[in-house]
This record gives sequence, structure tokens and C-alpha cells, in this order.
Amino acid sequence: MKILVCMKQVPQKDAPLKLNESGAWIREDVSYEVNEPDAYALEEALRQKEKHGGEVVVITSGPARAQQVLREALAKGADRAIHLEDNAFVGLDVLNTARAFASAIKDETFDLIFTGLQSDDYGYAQTGVVLAELLGWPHATIIMQIEKSDAGIRVKRELEAGYFQFVDMPLPAVLTIQSGINKLRYATLIGIKQAKNKPLRKVTMAEVQSAVSGNLQKIERLYVPQKTKNTEFLEGSAGEVAKKLVDKLRNEVRVL
Amino acid sequence: MPDTILVVVEQREGKLNRVSWETLAAGQALAAETGWTLEAAVVGSGVANFANEVAAKKVSKVYAVESPKLEPYTPDAFSAALKQFIESKQPKLVLMPHTYQVRDFVPKLATAMGRTAISDCIGYKKEGGKLLFTRQMFQGKLAADVSFTCDAPWFVAFQNGAFRGDKAEAGASAAPVETVNVQIADGVIRNKPQEVFKEAKQAVDLTQAEIIVCIGRGIKEQKNIELAKQLAEALGGELAASRPICDSGWLPMDRQIGSSGQTVAPKLYLALGISGAIQHIVGMKGSRTIIAINKDSEAPIFEIADYAVVGNLFDVVPPLIEEVKKAKAGP
Repeated sequence: MKILVCMKQVPQKDAPLKLNESGAWIREDVSYEVNEPDAYALEEALRQKEKHGGEVVVITSGPARAQQVLREALAKGADRAIHLEDNAFVGLDVLNTARAFASAIKDETFDLIFTGLQSDDYGYAQTGVVLAELLGWPHATIIMQIEKSDAGIRVKRELEAGYFQFVDMPLPAVLTIQSGINKLRYATLIGIKQAKNKPLRKVTMAEVQSAVSGNLQKIERLYVPQKTKNTEFLEGSAGEVAKKLVDKLRNEVRVL
Repeated sequence: MPDTILVVVEQREGKLNRVSWETLAAGQALAAETGWTLEAAVVGSGVANFANEVAAKKVSKVYAVESPKLEPYTPDAFSAALKQFIESKQPKLVLMPHTYQVRDFVPKLATAMGRTAISDCIGYKKEGGKLLFTRQMFQGKLAADVSFTCDAPWFVAFQNGAFRGDKAEAGASAAPVETVNVQIADGVIRNKPQEVFKEAKQAVDLTQAEIIVCIGRGIKEQKNIELAKQLAEALGGELAASRPICDSGWLPMDRQIGSSGQTVAPKLYLALGISGAIQHIVGMKGSRTIIAINKDSEAPIFEIADYAVVGNLFDVVPPLIEEVKKAKAGP
């Protein structure tokens, strides 16, 4: 099984975010981490490789700092990495990012492409599905289980409200992976050492330029959301707050 | 001729998904503001009754987009059918609810048409002649107004609860319904879906609980869940969790609240150590009263809390349990 995992670097979950001067993006002086859903996608790819043999390749698009995500993936057991590293990749919309990926992998022969189900910064949940359409491959989203079958794979798709569905699919295919499909591993010291010698191919915008166009959508502005709720903050020591809460529960919420 | 807004409603397993009324309400609001014509479509096999149901609302026309190959749902079939239909009708704006099914096919449909979709929108703005769609970013910490910089059709998916389904106006009389048969060639559909099923038995129906104590990552370790359990018991409520807690196996999946778990609207929702990620909020934002305890003052949960405590839940919850017990014991 040759599997490609698309990964993204996003601001850390508890990073305080500030708007940049243009007001259309955040200031980049925050700490970054791997997009957690992508970590589940990588873990699943590594497990499939452990079961069926093959190769796991990781790809990301972003500035130099995004290489950290690839290094960590290689340390966990991925075999090689591809980094679309060029300032011009930053700020590409989902369609053009997917086009750039498709172009960067055009000479490869993957059986499966995984993405996390969505990113923690944009939260569009589109990249995998767009990529599948560009490649002309079947896809399935929000996947909780993958089994090899005679005709290809059988996946378990998560639906709302506790429902699920099995789907039989041919290969090659694109899957977006749901969190909780597995438990994430840690990189070992040996893994971190070995990662240094694993191939990391850099791709510039010039190499994929013919595949991308101008963005089809644009963030006009980013802002702190307007509050519609009148939140009452309860202050004081823990004991005082507990008393205030009970007062609200009794007199306002009326559950005591 | 005015431009058209097309609302694509969702039907699944023999029922119209109620969230479709929210999308229709959004379409009606946009139509009123832009002066564009509002139409609706339902996609599937044998969907005439759904089309008739939608036709009772204030909408100019309803289409039943039909093919036997549209049942069961597959992204290949839905994308092919809607591409054909949209190419022939040429709406300016296509609206859908941001459901798991729509997420599964609308990016494919948009890409196949050389267009793009703005997903998980919570509202819209009209500024001058431009339409902007508002969505949350960075798990709710910031909001973005997004515009299309391409030609129509423009695809927009609205978040559950962004509009109120009960605000979808009824029509003065039934709108005309037209069946449109689409052709889906052999070989287009590649996925073979099996029957939809519910996993194991649902031990607890959180939608019936009046009081819910919900824990998030702030609970830190599995053994700390006991504290939250005691609070739930003292209040006479149910214990629930955000997804990461269930992913770790600390609580069963049927205790999960959020887009892939249960959607609840209890009298009291007490969020302990929950940051307020979007996938969780959509499952509980309808709660009558929301109380949040979190040590991060920037946590998005505080945007929707009625009462907020910026503090360490391990400091606040023990005395809270005592005070609740005292209050219940009577004067």
C-alpha cells in the first residue's frame, strides 16, 4: 500500500491570536503544531503500512516552519516527505492548494491519499474531496475504519447522531479521516534520529505554477467575533464562586 | 431576469432533514435582501413528496431532481446530478446545510464545475453590491467575512443552527413542482454503500436530559471524571463529553455531544474544561442556560455562556458540589 498523507501546520490550540495589519490574517508570531486531525490520518497510514507493507509519504504546503510537521511524521515512521515551500503557497485557497498538491504528486502512484477531516484553522473540510475530484478518484469522508477487500477497500463512514455506514470502494481512493479512529503514537528517539536521513523533497511554486490560478474566494476581513450573549462573569475565590453559582442555579436557572 | 438562489434541501432515509428548513429560511432572507428569485431542489429517487413538502413554503418553484441511481446516496451520483441540473438552470447562489452528506459532495461538485464552496457559514452580509459570507475560524476564536472572486454559481453551506428553521415562511399557495430527470452514465458511481446503522445500543439519550454536565480536555486525566460525575449526580443531571474525551475511550461514544454525537438543548448545560470548538458548540448552543468553567479567558465557550467562571475547575467544582448538596438539603 502506497499512502500519501496530506498534513497541515496550524497555530497551537491555546495560542493567543492577534490580527495582522491588513486585518485579513493573523500575526504569524505564534507557536504552531500539527493539525490534530492530520495526526490521526498519519497514524492510520502508518498502521496500514504495518499491516500490509508499503510506503507512507507525507506532504504539506507552507512556509519553512511547516517542515516541522514533516519531520515529526518522518520520526513517527513515514518514509519520505514532500514540502511545497514557497511564500506564494501561503494564502492559496482550498482549490488551488489541492491543485498544487495534485501537480506535485503527478509522477507518483499512490493507492490511497488520506487527509484529516478538517483543519483547526480554516475548518472547511474540503481539501481531500477537492483533491479526489481533481485526480478523478473516488473518495469517502469522516472515516473511522479501513479494511482491505478483494475489490479495494471497505471503509466505515461516520454519520451524524451515532449512525455509521460501510462503503466498498475501489482503489486508488481519497479518504478524510476522523479523530478517534486510532490512538496516536509518539515518535521514538530512534525514529527522530532516522528521520534526519529520510528524503525530503522541496517543491517551488514555479514547478506547479501551470496548475494553479488566482483564488476563487477571498477572506475580506478577520475579526474578533461580536458577542450576542450577555455573559455574566462570576468572580471571587473558589468558595465564593461556588456560592454565586448556586445562587444563579436556584434563582435564575431554577434547577435547585 | 433576476438572478436565482437555489436551496438544495436534504432528504435521507425517507425523511426530509429538518435542517433544510434553516437553509430555506436563509434563502428567503437572502432573496428578500437581494431581490433575487428563490427556488428549491430535492435530489434523489422518488422524492416527489419531499418536493411537495417544500412547495408549501414561500418559494417560487421546487424541483425534484430524479434518477434511480440517486438512491442510495453517493457523492459521484449527487455531484453528477446537481452538475447537470445547475448547468441547465444557472442559479447565481446555491445554498445547502453543512451536514456530513453535504461535506461529502459539495466540494466535489464545486470543483467539477470549476467553482468553489464556502463551508460552515454562520451568516451573511450585503455590503454595497457584494455578498459576504461569515464563518468561524481558529475553532471559533475569530470570525471571517469571505467573498467569491469567481463567476457564479456560488456554493455556500450554512452551519446547523445559523438560521432558525421555524422562520422559514409558508407560501400563500403551493409553489409549482417540476420533476427533472437526470442521466447518470454507467461507471460514474464507484462507491457501493451498505445499510446505515446505529452502533450498539444507545445507553443514554442525552436529548432527554434537563441538566447536563459536560467535560472537555480540561479534565486532564480519566480519574478526574469522577469529580464531574459527582457534580452531575448532585444536580440530578447526566454526564456528557466533548469528542476528544470519547476518542480517548474515557467515556463511551453515546455520551458525546457535538456534530458527530448528540445535539442537545437542556435547561442547564454546565461545561467543564471545554474550550468551545465549533464541532462541539453546534451540538449544544441551543441550551437554555450555559455555564462555563475554564481557566482560559479566551476560550470560545465564553462567547455563548450565560454565566462564566474563568478559573481552575479543580478548585471550583468541589465547593460547588458541596453548595449544591447544601441547597438541595433544604433550609
